[in-house]
Amino acid sequence: MDEIAVLGVGMHPWGKWGRNFAEYGVHAAREALADAGVDWRDVGFVSGAITVRCGYPGYVAGSTFARALGFTGAQVASSYAACASGVTALSVARGQILSGACDVALVVGADTTPKGFLAPAEGDRPDDTDWLRFHMVGATNPVYFALHARRRMALHGATPEDFALVKAKNSRHGVHNPNARYPKEYGVEDVANSPVVSDPLRLLEICATSDGGAALVVSSMDYARSRGAGDPVRVAGLSTVTPTYPDTVIDLPYLATDSSAGSEVPELGFKESIGARVYEEAGLGPVDVDVAEVYDLSSALELDWYEQLGLCEVGGAESLLRSGATSIGGRIPVNPSGGLGAFGEAVPAQAIAQVCELTWQLRGQAGHRQVEGARVGVTANQGLFGHGSSVLVRR
Amino acid sequence: MTVTTKQRVPAVEGFFTLGEEPHLIGGRMADAGGYCFPLHLGGADPDHPAAAVVEVLLSRTGRIWSFTNSAYPPPPPFILTEPYVPVVVAAVELEVERMVVLGQVAPGWTVEDLEVGMEVELVLGVLYEDDEREYLTWQWQPVGPSADGQV
Repeated sequence: MDEIAVLGVGMHPWGKWGRNFAEYGVHAAREALADAGVDWRDVGFVSGAITVRCGYPGYVAGSTFARALGFTGAQVASSYAACASGVTALSVARGQILSGACDVALVVGADTTPKGFLAPAEGDRPDDTDWLRFHMVGATNPVYFALHARRRMALHGATPEDFALVKAKNSRHGVHNPNARYPKEYGVEDVANSPVVSDPLRLLEICATSDGGAALVVSSMDYARSRGAGDPVRVAGLSTVTPTYPDTVIDLPYLATDSSAGSEVPELGFKESIGARVYEEAGLGPVDVDVAEVYDLSSALELDWYEQLGLCEVGGAESLLRSGATSIGGRIPVNPSGGLGAFGEAVPAQAIAQVCELTWQLRGQAGHRQVEGARVGVTANQGLFGHGSSVLVRR
Repeated sequence: MTVTTKQRVPAVEGFFTLGEEPHLIGGRMADAGGYCFPLHLGGADPDHPAAAVVEVLLSRTGRIWSFTNSAYPPPPPFILTEPYVPVVVAAVELEVERMVVLGQVAPGWTVEDLEVGMEVELVLGVLYEDDEREYLTWQWQPVGPSADGQV
């Protein structure tokens, strides 16, 4: 796959600021444009990742950000893929660049979130599985996270302490991140002293909902060279795969898995297929990866990603974690940003924020979070209803 | 004092049969053999579109694939009954259908009572009620002695 350049990155700090989402997006966009040294008037395409939490999709993200930055006649699109929205927006921008429709694009996502559990919009919708799982079962998002955690305990002997160690590691990383909402170090005992949300997961292990914004300025390689950016961070692979039938692992927001009674189970499960696609596009493999940003919606889910991205063998995640390999200074640091544990999730911004962090890492600009000599980084994430999301960046 | 029996109705129609031995109502791809639940949302088999799904009753028993609870009350559209008793949830593997189906666990069982691999059967339980009716959902109940030792 042809590559595009990441010329600039920017974020608005995560928090619970309670302001309009466009403000965060514009802040992040201006930072990314300044970082890239690109004038807003030179941006040919704006790719917005949509928030749904402002009542109706009337806040079409791409045009809302474009208007707030000042309408210039740039082309625009908006993407919604739940937690995967940011990478979907990046994939649209990549398509525009590689087709020659534009030279330089702005990808931006931002959110303002309410307190508490994410829940579906109001109204009776018995034909919507997202409504049904709340109404008929009471299955919140943490319920699904916990089903996976308990399954990991049964299959691989994981312990609640293993899960708490993930939180502790990510909090040590997040202390050094000025954009993190919780720049505070937590220990295993702090996790154990926090209340159970969905057994075996505790409050400090469940991702909060946050306000925040993140943006990327991306361009063709020719445009990057014309700007004198000789060795920019490049997007070498991008994955937005859907599951392949039958998907036999229960996941949000479904009441049941597919049935494998009439079909062969695919060699790779859905989450494994997300990474497989990005490696295939980039012509690289897990062994080449120096740093990863993965979606720790719960502490336990980070361990699943180690295996699903091929960073260790199946059942090996607890050993990898306890060896220190996934801490900064280890062989393959995971979530040097602090991850969702230190940020809380700002849905349409989060997948973009993962790329921001890896860009800083690959440029050697990550300060006390720096993974020394990082040349290849990979993100992993997944959006409700079957949206894969992964980006591989390299120098 | 008069004892009134409330009418027992499904909270949403079309998910399960009523009676002593309830079944989940699922779908089966007519000529392929794969199943789906719930029926009205169809399956994802690219070779067999939803139009080819026929109604079937799913197995009443299975084994726990995983389980958890919700210590905090779920938000709407879950209908909260005070005082809130933590919802216990199990994902249950059905052997014949080779699929996993989510559901509440019957009242009286907590996560301490459950294990992955435990055999469970389908029962109906009250999700919420009003003055006239009890609104039912499907629940998984461990087979054998109940949590309080009674059979």
